[in-house]
Amino acid sequence: MAVETVASTLGTSADFGPAVALSCRECGERVPLGPVFACEVCFGPLEVAYEFSSGDTGDPESLRKQIEAGPNNIWRYAPLLPVPADVASKPNLNPGFTKLVKADRLARELGITGGLHIKDDSGNPTHSFKDRVVAIAVEAARNFGLTTLSCSSTGNLAGAVGAAAVRAGFRSCVFIPHDLEAGKVVMAAVYGQDVVGIEGTYDDVNRFCSELIGDPIGESWGFTNVNLRPYYGEGSKTLAYEICEQLGWRLPDNLIIPIASGSQLTKIDKGLQELIKLGLVEEKPYRIYGAQAEGCSPVSTAFKAGHDVVRPVKPNTIAKSLAIGNPADGPYVLDIARRTGGAVEDVNDDQVIGAIKLLARTEGIFAETAGGVTIGVLKKLVETGQLDPAAETVAINTGDGLKTLDAVAPTTHPSAIIRPTLDSFREAGLA
Amino acid sequence: MSVSVRIPTILRTYTGGQAEVSAEGGTLSEVIESLEKNHPGIATRVLDDAGKLRRFVNVYVNDDDVRFSEGLQTPTPDGAGVSIIPAVAGG
Repeated sequence: MAVETVASTLGTSADFGPAVALSCRECGERVPLGPVFACEVCFGPLEVAYEFSSGDTGDPESLRKQIEAGPNNIWRYAPLLPVPADVASKPNLNPGFTKLVKADRLARELGITGGLHIKDDSGNPTHSFKDRVVAIAVEAARNFGLTTLSCSSTGNLAGAVGAAAVRAGFRSCVFIPHDLEAGKVVMAAVYGQDVVGIEGTYDDVNRFCSELIGDPIGESWGFTNVNLRPYYGEGSKTLAYEICEQLGWRLPDNLIIPIASGSQLTKIDKGLQELIKLGLVEEKPYRIYGAQAEGCSPVSTAFKAGHDVVRPVKPNTIAKSLAIGNPADGPYVLDIARRTGGAVEDVNDDQVIGAIKLLARTEGIFAETAGGVTIGVLKKLVETGQLDPAAETVAINTGDGLKTLDAVAPTTHPSAIIRPTLDSFREAGLA
Repeated sequence: MSVSVRIPTILRTYTGGQAEVSAEGGTLSEVIESLEKNHPGIATRVLDDAGKLRRFVNVYVNDDDVRFSEGLQTPTPDGAGVSIIPAVAGG
């Protein structure tokens, strides 16, 4: 079977650190590192395979110290990523090392006694977790000599690519559904690069990009979530690394993770498994729970029905950043949720809005709709007995509420409008 | 019925590098048979051992994902455009 090799396209300075090949998650076929994303044999997803070294002296403690001495961003984990060792010296947005917030008030409200943390990725440079994955894709694009960065996006990724391209000196041209939230369109277009609205759903945009990559137009393009997807996905592992490091180098009992394509969830699991294998955390059982919006819940539906394939749907939800009706990694999400004893659940749009407000009023964190899905599902899991409230839980907020103001604006108002007098304030009943 | 089929990069080794080829057939199933006749080996890349579409392959007839239609039995009218696309993109 002929495979597409890319050695000739790599410059002499190409350096992927500990990454040694791409491997098909489905059939195990290995191919050289290159800007390819689907297995030639079975069309399965390619992912990065590594040969890790355990720190300067070959033991976990040495690697842990090396990481702890690194910069306060994802590059502290460079020894575990497909990037060169000197990656921190290159122009990049340097995302990551976001806050892990101990959410005691929310825990009390939900009846969680084992401890609850919110990994708040709204603190990234463009206010979503996408900066993590784009940062790795930028380094891959540099290695492959690609000149234009692109993506299919539900909004957050478009902004992350636009900003990262400017910083790193690439042209960018990103594709989004034409009807995205205004905030996300502005956050993508403000960087002065090309943003193209496509008349259709995200799945239509994705299809368009997959065709563009096969056309001569796309020859020198790096689509972060198409031909660079194997590298891009690795950025989500840093969520796992950070959560464990911030907990004092240990695994939590439960993780609640939103599902769009399912890439983030599968890569967080990959990251946890790597930490265990490298001896950076002590092995123990953990459960991974996936969160979807009811209006786009193909993985949740498959999980509940006991299926191992995901039937695509046409999305209809306010959680547009999760509105992927044909999730590429859906089958792997099912495998992981079942393997770890977790679950995949969904909540409706009213519950999403309620959860955004719940997180805001208990913890002072304003999440975008995807975060509302995650917290809404956490609440539902506790209420339905699917999640042990005595276990330690980490939920991930993937983006900033300022990006999806439309979702909460209609039901979020000032307590009163008064004249600038004390009497008026008293009359409003707020004194 | 003659249709035009867009071939993804990873299958172009079977079409001599061509990004678009023509095929015959009134259904997607017949179109794939026609492709196999002219480009031997391509069908086993698109279909699994049970003869179903592989789970990481998306096929569109004109603008419609055949999984929302009749799968391999989806009609392919004369002049239709068929696109075979890897499903592992996005997110």
